Amino acid sequence: MNEQAPISRDERVKKLEGLGSSRKRVEDVRFTQGAGNYVDDIKLDGMLFGDFVRSPYGHARIKSINTEAALAVPGVLAVITAADLKPLNLHYMPTLAGDVQAVLAEEKVLFQGQEVAFVVATDRYAAADGVELVEVDYDELPVINDAFKAMDDDAPVLREDIQDKMEGAHGTRKHHNHIFNWQEGDKEGTEKALAEADVVVEEMITYHRVHPCPLETCGSVASMDPITGKLTVWGTFQAPHVVRTVAALITDIPEHKIRIISPDIGGGFGNKVGVYPGYICSIVASIVTGKPVKWVEDRIENLMATAFARDYHMTGKLSATKDGKITGLSAHVLADHGAFDACADPTKFPAGFFHIVTGSYDIPVAHVSVDGVYTNKAPGGVAYRCSFRVTEAAYLIERMIDILARKLDMDPAEIRMKNFIKKEQFPYNSALGWEYDSGDYHTALEQALKAVNYDDLRAEQTENRAAFERGETRSLMGIGVAFFTEIVGAGPVKNCDILGLGMFDSCEIRIHPTGSATVRLGTISQGQGHATTFAQIVASEIGIPAEAITLEEGDTDTAPYGLGTYGSRSTPVAGAATAMAARKIRAKAQMIAAYMLEVHEGDLEWDIDRFQVKGNPELHKTMVEIAFAAYSLAVPGLEPGLEAVSYYDPPNMTYPFGAYISVVDIDVDTGVADVRKFYALDDCGTRINPMVIEGQIHGGLTEALAIVMGQDISYDKHGNITGGSLMDFFLPTAVETPTWETDFTVTPSPHHPIGAKGVGESPNVGGVPALSNAVHDAFAHKGLTHTQMPHDHWRVWKTAQSLGLTG
Amino acid sequence: MQKLDIKMNINGADVEVNVDSRTLLIHILREELNITGPHIGCDTTHCGACTVDLDGKSVKACTIFAGQANGTTIKTIEGMANADGTLHALQAAFKDNHGLQCGFCTPGMIVRAYRLLKENPNPTETEIRYGISGNLCRCTGYQNIVKSIQVAATELSQQEAAE
Ligand code: FES
Ligand code: FES
Repeated sequence: MNEQAPISRDERVKKLEGLGSSRKRVEDVRFTQGAGNYVDDIKLDGMLFGDFVRSPYGHARIKSINTEAALAVPGVLAVITAADLKPLNLHYMPTLAGDVQAVLAEEKVLFQGQEVAFVVATDRYAAADGVELVEVDYDELPVINDAFKAMDDDAPVLREDIQDKMEGAHGTRKHHNHIFNWQEGDKEGTEKALAEADVVVEEMITYHRVHPCPLETCGSVASMDPITGKLTVWGTFQAPHVVRTVAALITDIPEHKIRIISPDIGGGFGNKVGVYPGYICSIVASIVTGKPVKWVEDRIENLMATAFARDYHMTGKLSATKDGKITGLSAHVLADHGAFDACADPTKFPAGFFHIVTGSYDIPVAHVSVDGVYTNKAPGGVAYRCSFRVTEAAYLIERMIDILARKLDMDPAEIRMKNFIKKEQFPYNSALGWEYDSGDYHTALEQALKAVNYDDLRAEQTENRAAFERGETRSLMGIGVAFFTEIVGAGPVKNCDILGLGMFDSCEIRIHPTGSATVRLGTISQGQGHATTFAQIVASEIGIPAEAITLEEGDTDTAPYGLGTYGSRSTPVAGAATAMAARKIRAKAQMIAAYMLEVHEGDLEWDIDRFQVKGNPELHKTMVEIAFAAYSLAVPGLEPGLEAVSYYDPPNMTYPFGAYISVVDIDVDTGVADVRKFYALDDCGTRINPMVIEGQIHGGLTEALAIVMGQDISYDKHGNITGGSLMDFFLPTAVETPTWETDFTVTPSPHHPIGAKGVGESPNVGGVPALSNAVHDAFAHKGLTHTQMPHDHWRVWKTAQSLGLTG
Repeated sequence: MQKLDIKMNINGADVEVNVDSRTLLIHILREELNITGPHIGCDTTHCGACTVDLDGKSVKACTIFAGQANGTTIKTIEGMANADGTLHALQAAFKDNHGLQCGFCTPGMIVRAYRLLKENPNPTETEIRYGISGNLCRCTGYQNIVKSIQVAATELSQQEAAE
């Protein structure tokens, strides 16, 4: 049944819309017509609404809670407090970091916005009325909002629930507000290198507290079927299977009676990895009332209470020879984890992958030590569009190397070139224990320097500075160079787990008799376009057009177990699982084709969309023909059907990298830093869909801009959050956002089946140092070494003023 | 609480609803009328995810009481497609130019762009950027949204010329 008019190989490839094709997204037909289905769009018969009473204080003892007036509000059906949850053992829940977190505050509140009571009512207005009328009597307690004071001798005890438990999840705690100390590397060797070096630079660099703030807030709808005893929960979950396991562990409902569904998700960026009190309360309320219960937080609640990111105070020391060869790096981090340790890191890594901090450089010896502390701030510590703590690490090393360059009077690009890990050193073992899979850093930075005409920019800057001195301009030009190496794709089960669950991922492929396919994954898209791109992987692997492949994820009743989508892990892990499952299909297809063509399997070769007889391509069977045969022919020794499952345990992480260069113009009289140019070169290995990759980079860079130029979740001395609504929390509009220039090199990952490394988070990791370095560079000739982010107008103006530049 | 009977024309259909005087338009659209295209992304009138077109103006449906919409004509993303069911030039352009990722801002963004192009059929890039600055997007960095609107503007003026 071979085609009458054979089409060319090129056309056959094109028809697949496989790897490398800028295939249009299949999701968009729904989304552009308002037919998305997000959690708040779900409406079930008899559905109730839940809303929280939250703490107005940063730290206070709860004396009493009176729910009487609230219960009298028409429409209010229940008010749940810790006293109701305690008998069920649900007043605390486990966090991903081995700590516990209060679902509803019992005796004390530990941060402003903490959940105190859950009001359940027939509609959201009645619930809000109820919230107003719950009377909580508090005694205020002293607040710790400065991590540096958390371990003072006279610091108040924050966590009375674990006051006597000095063995934490990550070793011994040395103070009642201490969570863990974690170290990696060679301490003595590093101290020796620093002591013997020609030059050492030291700086305390803070990466301030920010928030992922996806446009859709967190929420859930829980529905307990009283007849079957089956619990269904729709929610904003970046890791639905993990939520199911946690729900089973804490509610005693067996896992097969829990169905977790992540519908369309309106952005996650790390915010939707954690398990929040709202999810638990909606479940409990559904069990108690026998009705479905919806909880959707508002924006202020989102910024106040669910999953902040960063809040790392990092003291770096970098040593070098006088000609700029780095000899050692030490880093100490004071990590502010807020009131509960709810960081979303692989369990064995309480500071995530911070020890990627040697970055892209061949640093012979290094040591890191991280101390986590409790404060009266919201819990969280998620990877805001980055792999676990990688963006903090990249910011530290990329700032430190600039500071070193300044000290040695070297150009920031030159010092990076001088210290890069060389192409021939890969696979490269870093001083802190990682094995970098592949890279070609010199080529990437050279390409970037050339693309932006770096020498011309520096010459222009020299001229700008002279003009400034002559009083001809009030604007200073800054050039920011950053080169980052990410570590993504967590990860190998031998050292990466969450709550004991190995961080593999999974894919199941079913080829239907007429040659279309259904693919199910353990991950969940939040705008990354999985339905489009994963179909492309399958299309290239098995030769069925992407448009004939439907992708499903996010429903634990149907999807294979997976650890979810965050830390740029979908492509490296689930993408690999997809390729491996597709290869199992292809192996079986080869046996079927051999039978059909009456040749030996070994006589066949794969060509785009078919198996053909070697040396005689006229004799072939396409995958579509083979699919039908799989369900219709009795092939001796083979089971019918064409399906495969793969659970992929990656042998290593992947290490995407990139060279970013930015140019800012700073008005010294207003402090406004205008981003004139931003060039981003990314190497994420094999590029599955260039259009989607570029879109991810635009988005990530815009988030980097937001972080560097204004986002700040800060607290006043009373523990009041001062960045807790969009009135104060900076989200750039189209006006502040510059046009991003993107570029790429391709250095495939040698251990990934298709060589892809993952990209979603690189722009945030590299974008922050590139922009911050540019702001510093503008003032470098005036002696500025370092100033803390965010570089908002006020702070930049203060910097200019302190350097005597303002008029 | 005072109850009001209100009438609106939404996406070409006349509707009558009885609402509490304090209920916001966005909640009536989403929860009473099942028009869930307009989303809720904030509580301070910043994000524009809730944008609808009301009597020829872009209006944030979270910042107006349903009662105030009595007697108005409203268009939401659900009413954006052409009469023959094909996608409006803006919808097609967003799809073709990767003008969306998670899709949460998209309904408000397209409805806003629709009014922008009515007011200014041939905007410059800067005019587009200012014109959509009441609508936040957390995923795309706006670059492809701006491009989508430019492409749609060209397409719409060609359609106009052809008519
Ligand atoms: S919901 Fe944000 S402006 Fe209306
Ligand atoms: S596409 Fe996600 S907020 Fe715009």
